[in-house]
Amino acid sequence: MPPTAPLHLAAEIGGPPRYDPGHHTGLARLAERGALDFVTLGDSFARPGPDALAVLARVAPATRRIGLVPTVTTTHTEPFHVSSAVATLDWVSRGRAGWQADVSATEAEARLFGRRPAAPAEELWREAGECADTGARLWDSWEDGAEIRDVATGRFIDRDKVHHIDFAGEFFSVRGPAIVPRPPQGRPVTVVDATGGPARGTAARHADVALVRATTPERAAEARAELRRRAAAYGRDPGTLRVLVALTVDLGDAESAPEPGLASGPPLAAGGSYYRGGPVDLAELITRWHRAGAADGFHLTPITPGRDLERIVNGTVALLQHRGLFRTFYPGGTLREHLGLARPANRYATRGDRA
Amino acid sequence: MTTAPPQMHLAAHFPGVNNTTVWSDPRAGSQIDFASFEHLARTAERGTFDFFFLAEGLRLREHKGRVHDLDVVGRPDSLTVLCALAAVTDRIGLAATLNATFNEPYELARRLATLDHLSEGRAAWNVVTSPDAFTGENFRRGGYLDPADRYGRAAEFVATARELWDSWTPEGTPRPFRHHGRHFAVEGEFTVPRSPQGHPVVIQAGDSPEGREFAASAADVVFTRHGTLEEGRAFYADVKARLAKYGRAPDELKIMPGVTFVVGDSDADAQEEAAEIRRLQVSPQNAMLALEQVWGRDLSSYDPDGPLPDIEPDPAAALARGRVRHGDPLVVAARWRALAEEKGLSIRQTVIETTSRQSFVGSPRTVAEQLIRFVAAGAADGFILVPHLTPGGLDGFVDRVVPLLRERGAFRTAYTGSTLRSHLRLAEPVWKG
Repeated sequence: MPPTAPLHLAAEIGGPPRYDPGHHTGLARLAERGALDFVTLGDSFARPGPDALAVLARVAPATRRIGLVPTVTTTHTEPFHVSSAVATLDWVSRGRAGWQADVSATEAEARLFGRRPAAPAEELWREAGECADTGARLWDSWEDGAEIRDVATGRFIDRDKVHHIDFAGEFFSVRGPAIVPRPPQGRPVTVVDATGGPARGTAARHADVALVRATTPERAAEARAELRRRAAAYGRDPGTLRVLVALTVDLGDAESAPEPGLASGPPLAAGGSYYRGGPVDLAELITRWHRAGAADGFHLTPITPGRDLERIVNGTVALLQHRGLFRTFYPGGTLREHLGLARPANRYATRGDRA
Repeated sequence: MTTAPPQMHLAAHFPGVNNTTVWSDPRAGSQIDFASFEHLARTAERGTFDFFFLAEGLRLREHKGRVHDLDVVGRPDSLTVLCALAAVTDRIGLAATLNATFNEPYELARRLATLDHLSEGRAAWNVVTSPDAFTGENFRRGGYLDPADRYGRAAEFVATARELWDSWTPEGTPRPFRHHGRHFAVEGEFTVPRSPQGHPVVIQAGDSPEGREFAASAADVVFTRHGTLEEGRAFYADVKARLAKYGRAPDELKIMPGVTFVVGDSDADAQEEAAEIRRLQVSPQNAMLALEQVWGRDLSSYDPDGPLPDIEPDPAAALARGRVRHGDPLVVAARWRALAEEKGLSIRQTVIETTSRQSFVGSPRTVAEQLIRFVAAGAADGFILVPHLTPGGLDGFVDRVVPLLRERGAFRTAYTGSTLRSHLRLAEPVWKG
């Protein structure tokens, strides 16, 4: 990776559960002031909190440029509904939607639905992959020129450009086509946390953005290289995959890290990618890792979003911008444009077949 | 001395994916851009409407095995759009149509509770069910349920959702819930505290006996079909009479027919415009489609400007999928033939004459008076207005009819409460621990 490759930054805005409408909007606007690529909002049926996709839909009209990436689980949900909801988030945000695929692995979550018992992670991530695949097909099921509004023939759509997908996989089948027209980005951005073994294959095969955890730039670079190799093995252009280092950050009270020893290495906890220090030193770490080719960028999870996000934007990001390492404004309008990812060609458009 | 007329409720339906919606008009805008939803919702809020309503269909309509191409096609996920609309509106209720056959209570209750929090108490859920395996082909569950099971599942679905909405303590702590019934066996903890309305408002659409009973037992609003004043009064009396059995008072369930309207400078202007709209709604192609749906046969060799076919309908055929069928095809065909013969109508003229007459047509004063009369006569508690144009189809009504309704004291001049329940004058539900 050339050291001049653009740096991508994202931040998680979840924390202790909040249900009031203004809270997440305020945080997303703050991240947008820092020109971050996107914000994520975690979600799980296993702990208190609102539906993340619904919350970010509420945030969409109150923001203009920042990407919006809710976690959406694929274990007890309907792939068809997941696809419709994410496509709709893309419509209401005018091309800024993504989704972070996740699974529900516990017995407790299974009992909330009462449809099937808990299953091993390996199986759940294969199913998440099928859900991502189905979503991509449904988003493609309307070609871009499908809506013709041709008064002369009385036709609103060209039905030859709206396709059944006839997906039949290991876990479910979906006939299609989508009820939602192809969203502005063609396909909203798919994010997968590739830290766990079973998720890695799904990330390599289906993700536009993969998150990895690493304690050194070398380990991050290895994880990135492995994901790109595996993506290529699935027939993908590895250039269509962005790998971000996921970092949990605690910016405490200081401008600078209280611990000595930053010069010899990042103050990361041994067990994972946990950063504790000041916003300036976080900028140093990001700069150093990025220059070393460790990753395409960083996904930061502040332990206290209300406090730390402001420090990230006004401290860390401002410094990275000052150094010319990070954008100071959004040249593009869609999340794909922020990430340097092209709008995908429609798989059905080139085949010329008839649905 | 005249007494003040009863207060009516008004809702706005986003134009649907059927031929009521005219897309060939140069003023017709996008059916999917957020700006269209925003315009209609804000217009309805300017008119102090009770709620803004989004329909849903989980499979694109098909005709002869192919996607139906003559009407508007493509809709967003209703609940996601309403969450976004919560950011650009302040008071109006936000009603999502969500299917009880191809969803699960835990997830849907959670999404609805989230909307109620995000909108500070403005969420509503129009409970619908799916009648066919055609829709099921898009879902894990697949297949279909017969009508009794569909309503059984829907009723248990709503009851389960309410258990979840009640499951937190007033102090904000989740309590474990456990529901083991015929259709659902679920237990655990809900992730969302009780929402501002307690329970989002529940709407029931569908006029069948099962639907009426379900509405009487569980709904806050009935979205019904519009008919004559007498039909409206009969339906109204029937549904309201069913409430006592469930220990409910008549005003605990609001009856709101879906209605179309044309407002003109004068009654004559409005009638003329209404005729022109019907002509646009029934294109030659749409006339042939309507004919084939009744006849159940391929009639593509017939001329829409020519006479009706002399061959008989095939009652067993099902050319159209994903669409509700109305009436016995043999009876409908006989009625169409009699009308065409009597008035000398072509196929297209017959379809125009029989299928798409607007509910209320006239000057602003005429329309306002008709609406008031309907409510005063006990045929409705209000109306769900279905405009024929996206996104400007409600503008004229709000600008010209609403002020007259207000003048007559038949409709609010401002919102007095902040929740949809307060607009509908519905009590907050009892918090069952």
